[in-house]
Amino acid sequence: MSTTHAVEGVVDAGATSLLRFATAGSVDDGKSTLVGRLLHDSKSVLADQLEAVERASLGRGQEAPDLALLTDGLRAEREQGITIDVAYRYFATPRRRFILADTPGHVQYTRNMVTGASTAELAVVLVDARNGVVEQTRRHAAVAALLRVPHVVLAVNKMDLVGYEESVFAAIAEEFTSYAASLGVQEITAIPISALAGDNVVTASATMDWYGGPTVLEHLETVPVVADPSDDPGRFPVQYVIRPQTAEHPDYRGYAGQIASGVLRVGDPVTVLPSGRTSTIEAIDALGQTVDVAWAPQSVTLRLADDLDISRGDLIAPTASAPSASQDIEATVCHVADRPLTVGHRVLLKHTTRTVKAIVKDIPSRLTLDDLSQHPAPGELAANDIGRIVVRTAEPLALDAYADSRRTGSFLLIDPADGTTLTAGMTGTAFAEAASDAAPAPEADDDGWDF
Amino acid sequence: MTTATVATEAGGDNPYALSHLDALESEAVHIFREVAGEFERPVILFSGGKDSIVMLHLALKAFAPAPVPFSLLHVDTGHNFPEVLDYRDRTVERHGLRLHVASVQDFIDRGELRERPDGTRNPLQTVPLLDAIEKNRFDAVFGGGRRDEEKARAKERVFSLRDEFGGWDPRRQRPELWQLYNGRHSPGEHVRVFPLSNWTELDVWQYIAREKIELPAIYYAHEREVFARSGMWLAPGEWGGPKDSETLETRLVRYRTVGDMSCTGAVDSDAGTIEAVIAEIAASRLTERGATRADDKMSEAAMEDRKREGYF
Repeated sequence: MSTTHAVEGVVDAGATSLLRFATAGSVDDGKSTLVGRLLHDSKSVLADQLEAVERASLGRGQEAPDLALLTDGLRAEREQGITIDVAYRYFATPRRRFILADTPGHVQYTRNMVTGASTAELAVVLVDARNGVVEQTRRHAAVAALLRVPHVVLAVNKMDLVGYEESVFAAIAEEFTSYAASLGVQEITAIPISALAGDNVVTASATMDWYGGPTVLEHLETVPVVADPSDDPGRFPVQYVIRPQTAEHPDYRGYAGQIASGVLRVGDPVTVLPSGRTSTIEAIDALGQTVDVAWAPQSVTLRLADDLDISRGDLIAPTASAPSASQDIEATVCHVADRPLTVGHRVLLKHTTRTVKAIVKDIPSRLTLDDLSQHPAPGELAANDIGRIVVRTAEPLALDAYADSRRTGSFLLIDPADGTTLTAGMTGTAFAEAASDAAPAPEADDDGWDF
Repeated sequence: MTTATVATEAGGDNPYALSHLDALESEAVHIFREVAGEFERPVILFSGGKDSIVMLHLALKAFAPAPVPFSLLHVDTGHNFPEVLDYRDRTVERHGLRLHVASVQDFIDRGELRERPDGTRNPLQTVPLLDAIEKNRFDAVFGGGRRDEEKARAKERVFSLRDEFGGWDPRRQRPELWQLYNGRHSPGEHVRVFPLSNWTELDVWQYIAREKIELPAIYYAHEREVFARSGMWLAPGEWGGPKDSETLETRLVRYRTVGDMSCTGAVDSDAGTIEAVIAEIAASRLTERGATRADDKMSEAAMEDRKREGYF
């Protein structure tokens, strides 16, 4: 059925949109089965891949093909039977192209979940209907909330093992929804499924007639992927200056970059940061055509009315909504390196196209994602720790709050000695403001989420 | 004035929607410009295959109206399809590019590489590639690899750090978050960069159709003398096929991938136009590597092992 699906739509190039989403859950929750079914039923698993999986499964004495072997591509993963790293998978229906970041769910792989969620517009969190919301579910919800993934799907799996009971689903959905909403997750869709039997994954369940909502795939196909960028402030980090200096283009001077946020128009008065100089957008070259308006995430080249000293790392923003620059940053971070982050650590901070020296001034707290308990003054952050840090940069940076812009509110800390990516940072408070009253905070001793 | 064409493609009712091809194009252009901004001596691996042709097309768009600020590197196995070499040379000429050639044959002639019993030279490309990177001090090397191609590649980063031996250690990759690519490296190390990481075979073909990009003719159906080996149609050549037990026949075929002649198979096809090729791929039940690459059939971890040694 899905084969014809895929064939009809794809010849019409360019007619579909792109959705990046992430899945979180452990093998026991049936994540691999769900992913396998999505890939399989959308024709993304081809005959030779399936044969290879069948051969490998037989070789290990398994009777049924182990669909986890489709995504666990590394030798070490197959040998240990675990998912170590984020695997990216690709599938398509006539309505949409999907990029799936398939992330392992164990505690020690928090950095992988964070990585997968960082570019996702939607996260699928799986729970086993027999177990309901467990610690791991709370951790997955917290990561989605922390990374500000706009849409969250709760897939209540193994409904076949609880007799397809509506009351079981309803209780889990309610518990999860109130928890995730308290963390500031804006949109939560709960779907009762059986990945094994195929209920509500691609096709509607014949058994659960009490459920009237979309299947997982229907939801993935229809969830809106683009918020209206015209409400967001324009942000254009300069990547590269294009100066052909040829006979044909002796005076061309264009600033190449990807619009990180908002909409830019010819005629907009703009301010360049950090210099503060101003000019006007004279032209926008959009990869081969000249346009009057462009928006995130288009890659374009801007030409300005005045000759200014602008180079890589500068930010061009409409003057009306230009950000302020600061050398002091407070952020929530996920530490991703094996060696710990300590107070006094001298690092490089990479923000959009700008990299500056920085020093870690303080690590006020560490957060346990399972129960959101806080641990003040931990001294250091180890791999997979989530915490708050205070950083001082050598030069002022025009950061936005991560809540306002995932693109211009995020940064990396990098080890200047060997280039290791140490820490992923999100500027501003950890969870959405709306969260502060409703959220349960078992061991918290203060009010807010600025933990 | 021209913005409407961008908006209506994926349209719906949101004027700001981008089609999947526009989104992928924008991402790839961003990657090219990041490398131009952060590295001293980048180079594009250019084989004359469709993925490297699409990479070059994206690079031309990323820096227009200025020329592409990188040179090209072809790792030449010596077993080339003549149509592809011809395409390569015309492309270099037309865009005024600089081409480096790292020749497997030269290494064999000097006794630094030994021919394999099966005649396949694909795995032999690693040494000349690393040699060219070291001699020319290339610090960023663009490859056309896609994550949908192969399961080891599904775990590859967009910016993939290689040690001084060119090796890839999948357990020690840097996490890659948001659109923040970390290209820091020590002297002697280099970074492989994959701008097409998130593209599928179908995306590549749809983009070729949309942009009207010319390809070597062997990608479209043509009559060719071939013989069967390991379940694939191979073309005869100086590289050593066919053997006595293998017989030549003329078939209507095309190539889904273009690589070393000794291990790149043709597929039966009557797809003579880009539209027919796209329809054929959409209906195919085999991956492009499964259908056409002998070297990936060797073992479950063939690609991972080659990548660990410094392969693309």
